Amino acid sequence: MSDEAVKIRIRELYKIFGEDPQAALEQVKAGMSKPELLDQTNHVLGLSDINVDIRDGLTTVIMGLSGSGKSTLIRHLNRLIEPTAGEVLVDGEDILDYGPAQLRDLRRRRMSMVFQKFALFPHRTVLENAALALDVRGIARAEYEKEATKWLDRVGLGGNESQFPHQLSGGMQQRVGIARALASNSEIMLMDEAFSALDPLIRTDMQNLLVELQAELQKTIVFITHDLDEALKLADHLVILNEGAVVQQGEPQHILLHPADPYIEDFVSDINRARVLKVRSVMTRDEGPAGPIAGEVDQEATLEDVISISEGDISKNYLVTKDGQRVGTLKMKDLVKALVPSKPAEDGIRVKMSA
Amino acid sequence: MSDLLAQAQGADAPAPSLWDLPFPSLDALNEACGRIPQSRDLTRGLEQGFLDIKDALSLVLDPITQPLSWMLNGALWTILNTPWWIVIPALLLVTFFVARSWGLVGFVAACIGLLAFIDHYEFAMQTLAIIFVCAFLCVLLGVPIGIGMSRSDAAQRAIIPVLDMLQTLPPFVYLIPLIFLFSVTEPKLYGIAIILYAIVPVIRLTDLGIRLVDPAVIEAADAFGMTDRQKLYGVQVPLALPNIMAGVNQTIMMSLAMVVIASLVSAPGLGVLVLRGIRNLELGVGLVAGLGIVLLAIILDRVTKASLARVNASQKAGG
Repeated sequence: MSDEAVKIRIRELYKIFGEDPQAALEQVKAGMSKPELLDQTNHVLGLSDINVDIRDGLTTVIMGLSGSGKSTLIRHLNRLIEPTAGEVLVDGEDILDYGPAQLRDLRRRRMSMVFQKFALFPHRTVLENAALALDVRGIARAEYEKEATKWLDRVGLGGNESQFPHQLSGGMQQRVGIARALASNSEIMLMDEAFSALDPLIRTDMQNLLVELQAELQKTIVFITHDLDEALKLADHLVILNEGAVVQQGEPQHILLHPADPYIEDFVSDINRARVLKVRSVMTRDEGPAGPIAGEVDQEATLEDVISISEGDISKNYLVTKDGQRVGTLKMKDLVKALVPSKPAEDGIRVKMSA
Repeated sequence: MSDLLAQAQGADAPAPSLWDLPFPSLDALNEACGRIPQSRDLTRGLEQGFLDIKDALSLVLDPITQPLSWMLNGALWTILNTPWWIVIPALLLVTFFVARSWGLVGFVAACIGLLAFIDHYEFAMQTLAIIFVCAFLCVLLGVPIGIGMSRSDAAQRAIIPVLDMLQTLPPFVYLIPLIFLFSVTEPKLYGIAIILYAIVPVIRLTDLGIRLVDPAVIEAADAFGMTDRQKLYGVQVPLALPNIMAGVNQTIMMSLAMVVIASLVSAPGLGVLVLRGIRNLELGVGLVAGLGIVLLAIILDRVTKASLARVNASQKAGG
């Protein structure tokens, strides 16, 4: 994963809400905590010392509970919110130095955004909504119609072009939102809790759609969510935020197996690990087989797949392959061990964290 | 000793009781000390002050407002010099284009037909012409003012008291300074009074409508790099349109109310008949003209409401 170029580099980003953020920033840098800052100066620490590399062509998921600052963070990437301090480098350029015209160009051509509440234009048709980015650039309807129709077809909305957003269901409205972002042909897609407002089944559909689109288009996606299952399903790189600071970031499988602190342990303890963990995360890289081999499994298979293949027999061993090449061995015993969180969450941790 | 003192004081006049203490108003203070001005000096001073700046003021205002006179004269001349068999179908056509409802067109035809049948056609058309011109100018001026207000909280704070005052001043009071400034025979005198009175709702509702646009939609417009101009014409004004149309409806209703009062300063139309009814105690003339105004009000209200409903239907709540 580290072989991909960095598309967006966030460096020492701070955001403080209040009357005099610069003065408050000094105090935060001197070590004042979020509750103290609120108590003593009536400033809210939104983001504190964020350093994240967002890599080209991958999906970076930023996860946190409500109030953790994740929606604030994503709005810094296209400057819908101005930071108090720090740098946001897109393709190596600090976008905080951009003037209004450059910023507009960034938003029109290089970044697109999908919103939690869809934020479609109620007075425009589905087609006109999908073509927003093109329309804003000054492209005439006759020219953008084909492009917008193509993307609407791609997200499964062929035939709805002339309807108005209020005539569509929530899931369909968000499909328009995604088509609108895709039609801009930007390399970067920002998705702010894009599926959180949808019903669970529709949410799963939309996640599958996104995975499918991403396999085809390889956009740089920044996805915000409060749902760990969703995060694990979509993420190539996972960033966990709490109280405006990054608690842990890295490869999702790694975070799941090696949670850095009790907050994350508590989080991951609720997860169906068999469905999320992949064979490559629990296999042993070895030379020869340690015993009788029951069969072969792909390294990207989930543990759930393997359990169903093995029919629950924990004495079996499997060969692990990648693109048909042998890369290691999976012992069913290791698999079963991995299903239990390394350090089970103690009761009351969540209470302790929020206190 | 005290008896003597009491005798000395009470001999001429009874001692002033606290009960009769006057409020220290200007007139009371003037009685005690002649150098303090009386209350009537205030009104006189105001009048004198106004008279002093009057010439300079009308030097500026007269040319600026002259187009209003031309427009009103033009509209009145046109509507009276065009034969009824052109004017009435034209009005019905406008009704249809605005409201897209044959039922309403029939209703408007019946109302105008009734007014014409009882020989009130000319008066009604004069009133309509004045309302069209004034309401048009109200929208032309009011919508940009409302937009300006919605973009700046400072402008909103500054303009709202002015609007409150315009709305609460008794309509007759507008006429007084205008009579000093302009000649009573000029149409712009009542034109200005009507516009001042009727412009308030369209300003207020434009401001409100734009401020009520869903912030999420505005954020999306920003996120896709819309310029301020694209946002205003492409998002804010279209989404505020139902509110703006409600403001236009109110503006038209209020200009109709004012056009009756403005007949005091030579505005032609049905108001003249109402005034005649009051002056000469001609009960029938006044009542029939009053009912004619009610008919006009119903027509104007229904037509603007129907167009409002059409705007609403095409964009519903949506967001």
